[in-house]
Amino acid sequence: MNKTEKIKREPLFHIVNRGRDAIPWWKGMLIRAAAIVFALAVCAVIMVILTKENPIEIYKTMFDGAFGTERRKWKLLQEIAVLLCISLAVTPAFKMQFWNIGAEGQALVGGLATAACMFYIGGKVPQGMLIIIMVAASIVAGAIWALIPAVFKAVWNTNETLFTLMMNYIAIQLVDVFVNIWAKNGSAVLSPMSEYGLPIIGDKKYLLNVIIVAALTVGMYIYLKYSKQGYEISVVGQSEKTAKYIGISVKKVIIRTMLVSGAVCGIAGLILVGGTNHNINTNTVGGNGFTAIMVSWLAKFNPIFMILTAFMIVFLDLGASHVTAMFRISSDICDIMIGIILFFIIGCEFFINYKLKFRSFGKGGEAK
Amino acid sequence: MKKFLSIVLVLVMLVSCVAAFSACGKTNDNDTDTDTGVANDTGSAEVNKYADIKIGFIFLHDEKSTYDLNFIRAAEAAKVALGLSDDQVIIKTNIDESDDCYEAAADLADMGCDIVFADSFGHEDFMIKAAREFPNVQFCHATGTKAHTEGLANFHNAFADIYEGRYLAGVAAGLKLNEMIANGEFTAEEAKIGYVGAFPYAEVKSGYTSFYLGAKSVCPSVVMDVQFTGSWYDANAERETAIALINGGCKLISQHADSMGAPGACEENNVPNVSYNGSTVADCPNTFIVSSAINWQPYFEYIVNCVADGETIAADWCAGIEEGSVVLSAINEAAAAEGTAAKLEEVKKALADGTLKVFDTANFTVNGETLTSYMADVDTDAAYTGDTEVVSDGYFHESEYRSAPYFDVNIDGITLLNN
Repeated sequence: MNKTEKIKREPLFHIVNRGRDAIPWWKGMLIRAAAIVFALAVCAVIMVILTKENPIEIYKTMFDGAFGTERRKWKLLQEIAVLLCISLAVTPAFKMQFWNIGAEGQALVGGLATAACMFYIGGKVPQGMLIIIMVAASIVAGAIWALIPAVFKAVWNTNETLFTLMMNYIAIQLVDVFVNIWAKNGSAVLSPMSEYGLPIIGDKKYLLNVIIVAALTVGMYIYLKYSKQGYEISVVGQSEKTAKYIGISVKKVIIRTMLVSGAVCGIAGLILVGGTNHNINTNTVGGNGFTAIMVSWLAKFNPIFMILTAFMIVFLDLGASHVTAMFRISSDICDIMIGIILFFIIGCEFFINYKLKFRSFGKGGEAK
Repeated sequence: MKKFLSIVLVLVMLVSCVAAFSACGKTNDNDTDTDTGVANDTGSAEVNKYADIKIGFIFLHDEKSTYDLNFIRAAEAAKVALGLSDDQVIIKTNIDESDDCYEAAADLADMGCDIVFADSFGHEDFMIKAAREFPNVQFCHATGTKAHTEGLANFHNAFADIYEGRYLAGVAAGLKLNEMIANGEFTAEEAKIGYVGAFPYAEVKSGYTSFYLGAKSVCPSVVMDVQFTGSWYDANAERETAIALINGGCKLISQHADSMGAPGACEENNVPNVSYNGSTVADCPNTFIVSSAINWQPYFEYIVNCVADGETIAADWCAGIEEGSVVLSAINEAAAAEGTAAKLEEVKKALADGTLKVFDTANFTVNGETLTSYMADVDTDAAYTGDTEVVSDGYFHESEYRSAPYFDVNIDGITLLNN
């Protein structure tokens, strides 16, 4: 008897997908804004407990760290450009439900190809020629690094998540090997080859990077939304069977999309090595290949929204490292803070996509 | 009524954060009050020439790396010793050896720093880039090699005569071997040291050679095996290497790498260990003998004083035991041989007054012959061309023609296992 009673009992609340009657955009924004405010409040409490610093001052310092000077604003733009570039790269693959977590490696080999061009043929061919070769080499290298797992997936249906992940480690080791061959000095650090870098527009050394990525963003938006290939990607992503039924070659789409993904990662490597550091080490991409996944997901694979999400993550990052320096608190505490803020931001998507339906008392139907 | 529900939810969130914020605000007002109170007290107590000085530090990692921790501690100690306030010292950690270093250096200069210091070898090119852009800011760089050839008035290198500390640590190792021989644990001919090195570069070679010479000065029959890991910090590789050396018949281990890999392996296998960068006695109470380290506090105080007094900072700065730039940790009596402390005092005195030279050519041979001439690669170039004669007056003049070590001779008695 007890058993049947239990089964009959309605839970206190259950979770319902909002599905078609999604909440209006302004309410979604309101929930997101509330989540950020709430996250900041929780962080403030933790800050006070752990560091005894004034949280308002800390937030001010964060802001200062991202926008405080002309140089910091440019640094912010540059970091956004790099992160956004890699996020754009992973997006078509994700839209296709191909879990490419190898962006780190794809960008790194793109950078390695750029560095190799600078090292071996820098000064031996005219600068204009060198730049053309660098661009081509980085795109091809990134594309090849993505092509390998794509072919394996398309032909043998291997697990792309593991495959692309492994390719990251190979890329890192390759960079290690080449840096050890190239670096002549005592710490296996490659001296910057600044004379062979990408051109600088005026005196704004990051401007070119920002322009390249801005163009890529618009291009990717159009590609995904308006092109036939973009449509094929979303069809394959939603249902491979449907794709097959309407005559889309799934294998072809997987390989082609990963080539695009890898090529854009290669451009990110080009920007990092040719347009920024002029040298390379195993940390050149610095985890952006993984952070990009979050940027892309949070923006729901929309390149224009990605500008916002990339900005948010870079802002938190630069702000937090400035806080670490100014308040001399451990960088771990800042990482905890970033973690909390991201937790709330990602978590609030739950309330936007789902609603809690409470148990109705007395009569059935929706609670009024 | 989802509309109602979401409005309620938002309201709850807003109310709770307003509450949280007002609560924090209160506690913190009190905090800042007491803070400024303390700062004012110390500020008025002394009239100091450092009042307008601001120094910025760039560190490769943070406190979790023994290498960077050594610098961070020195920076804090110098700050206290000179009576600098919190906003006069800015520390940036986790700065990569890339354009990030230039950005950090330029940002520190923007913030009004008079001195910017960076701690890692790979920071050098980026520090030079910043130095060109900010001629009125002094850029100081530890372990670098380019200051004396770059010709920049505001870019400087620094190091310490760490080979003196290594030599002393070597003496302690030799005494321990002697004690083990006397106890009949092995014969004098079997006395062999194992050394875990990071890279086969001059800094490491200079270090293990001076260590070996120190050991040899008290235990003449000793030989040494050296194996490189190819990384400054790789706990696993260092551990494996130490174990391989122990299995290869090494009776005592020392290392030049930044992790606890080698000391930990020694403790497990009960093999005596001479450490580097700081004492590891807490983790290795039975096997840790002594450790040498560079203390950067004297250099930090020197550069701040130079700027305060309007004097020029040396392009290459290097100091040793006498100046307190090279220090030995406390000796662990549980593991060290009897009489180690007294002997080390005696050797230290001889090093300080110049009667003892670590790289005295009478004490080592190269291919069976005494070294009479050596052209070292002092002015760094890609091909490692020797450009400066560094042997004269019967000894190898280490760290005299530039601060960073350049002793890279392979001497007899040391076997490089990687070759």
